[in-house]
Amino acid sequence: MNAVTVNDLTKTYGKITAINRLNFTVNKGELFGFIGPDGAGKTTLFRILTTLLLPDGGSANVIGLDAVKDFKKLRPQIGYMPGRFSLYQDLTVQENLAFFATVFGTTIEENYDLIKDIYVQIEPFKNRRAGKLSGGMKQKLALSCALIHKPEILFLDEPTTGVDAVSRQEFWEMLKRLQAKDITIIVSTPYMDEASLCDRVALIQNGNILGIDTPENIVRDFDRPILAVKSSNMYGLLTSLKTFPNVHSVFPFGEFLHYTDRRGKFEPQEITHYLTQLGIQNIETAWTQPTIEDSFMALMEQHA
Amino acid sequence: MKSFRGFIIKEFYHIFRDKRTMLILFGMPVIQLILFGFAIRNEVNDARIAILDQSNDYMTQELTQKIVSSGYFILVEQLKPGGDIESVFKQNRVKEVIVFEPHFAQRLLRENKAAVQIIADATEPNMANLLINYTSSIIRDYQAGLRGQAGSPVQINPEVKMLYNPELKSVYLFVPGLIALLLMLVSALMTSITIAREKELGTMEILLVSPLKPAQIIIGKVIPYLFLSFVNTSTILLLARYVFGVPFHGSYGFFFFEAFLFVVTALSLGIMISTIADSQQTAMMFSLAGLMLPVIILSGFIFPVSSMPVVLQIISHIVPAKWFLIIVKGIMLKGAGIEYLWKETLILGGMMLFLISVSVKKFKIRLQ
Repeated sequence: MNAVTVNDLTKTYGKITAINRLNFTVNKGELFGFIGPDGAGKTTLFRILTTLLLPDGGSANVIGLDAVKDFKKLRPQIGYMPGRFSLYQDLTVQENLAFFATVFGTTIEENYDLIKDIYVQIEPFKNRRAGKLSGGMKQKLALSCALIHKPEILFLDEPTTGVDAVSRQEFWEMLKRLQAKDITIIVSTPYMDEASLCDRVALIQNGNILGIDTPENIVRDFDRPILAVKSSNMYGLLTSLKTFPNVHSVFPFGEFLHYTDRRGKFEPQEITHYLTQLGIQNIETAWTQPTIEDSFMALMEQHA
Repeated sequence: MKSFRGFIIKEFYHIFRDKRTMLILFGMPVIQLILFGFAIRNEVNDARIAILDQSNDYMTQELTQKIVSSGYFILVEQLKPGGDIESVFKQNRVKEVIVFEPHFAQRLLRENKAAVQIIADATEPNMANLLINYTSSIIRDYQAGLRGQAGSPVQINPEVKMLYNPELKSVYLFVPGLIALLLMLVSALMTSITIAREKELGTMEILLVSPLKPAQIIIGKVIPYLFLSFVNTSTILLLARYVFGVPFHGSYGFFFFEAFLFVVTALSLGIMISTIADSQQTAMMFSLAGLMLPVIILSGFIFPVSSMPVVLQIISHIVPAKWFLIIVKGIMLKGAGIEYLWKETLILGGMMLFLISVSVKKFKIRLQ
């Protein structure tokens, strides 16, 4: 059975189409990711799936229930962590958790095993007001609160935005452990490097899904050789490479630029020669394997 | 039910942990009452007057003594017969001049009538009106005592009687008005802000997704403020009674029942505001502009409704505070019970039911 089935789902705000005829399914027990820039429609999609918004067209079925008609039955069975920090800043860690537990008709003790891994990390601060927690700790508390009623499916809207790299890593490890406990997890993120941590990902841009597949398949579909280029003047390098007659794409990736050529295969010497003529010094080049980010940049370029 | 109780406990945490909320809830009523009670007064104390006594007999001396010792007036000048009355006014030395005619006592005893002229500075009409009223009531009082002693009837002036507030104390009017204003403010403003805050912080999204029913969210928001409003009402009544000496003639039980109707009406208005306001600031603006002004201006709190243009009089009928004000004045000052106030009570109750049902209906179970 599918955990989520979406058909032709559409939502518009006046003249702006937030999501445009989306079709996808999420399998039960899957860790599914929506990757896309701000304004792609991720939050709108999550709000429809969590029954908070009405779609203008199409249908959404979540764990066998219609997101519009069966919203009353559906609401108690989903866990939702909105993008903004949505806990009571003036309540302590403990009080927030206890509040969400009682509101969902349960107690902290009853489902403690589910949140234990996460909660032990913030338990030393349980008498601290939530507003005074660090970003990473807020995230852990919000996740604990979204989990406290043992939902069948968890929606996490940009859970790692504004969280430091170490906490992000820990957060994804926690998600993997939750997945092992048979909870379907749907997560959105603007960080492309997080895509490879999902079972399957959908790339979403301007309300359209550009591709859905496993991270491995998405990378495999990328068929152009990539040359990583570096120099002492990165800005000059970027502008110069863009003027090369056979350029296909140039994107900064960490301390390198990733270059692809219109002709597919090419010789690195052509590039270094061209760049040297333009006065770029200390040029280093190396062939590199495509990552999921290269694939997404290419897909987004195609649809732009 | 357990989750509902948890929700209410959370609301109390919000209230008790936010210093601003606490200040508005408990500081404002006390400050407002004291400010209005002491600063904004329509009655007059220590008004400067002059007396022109053309008779200077025992009666005019007694009358002068009575007027001066009343506390309302300070005698700054005894004018000489033929003195220039207009000039004392022009120099703004006095607000009122009292003129006794010659042979005052003689005429009153022989002809049973005598004349007193009271001249007031009418550049401040309200003040003049009050001064004249004070003076004539002192004179009438003196004259009434005189008749008993003399045995023969003396001239009786048309009697003007100030019912319920014989000294025209404005605090009698302000206290009921303030109760209405403060209950409206605390209830409507605070509920609209607290719901708007959940929207602003994004916690409303989670509450909506939770199994809590919309009605439970609304009632859970309202109950703490209902409780606190009663604490406030009691504070105001105590202050009114022991600081300003305002009497309470009616039944406390009946009063609190009416206050309950009014508070629930105000709370429903707050919920309605929160359904249109997305942020705490908008909620505050709506509450202040949409509720405060009608309560202050159209309820009869400061300006009598009967002297307003007809259009405003009609509009004032839909202001709940107007009916509550009539009820509170009736209970506190006249000791009236349900047998006199059933009509106003019915109107207020009807408004309450209407607003509750509209606000519950309008409360959105989804985001927009």
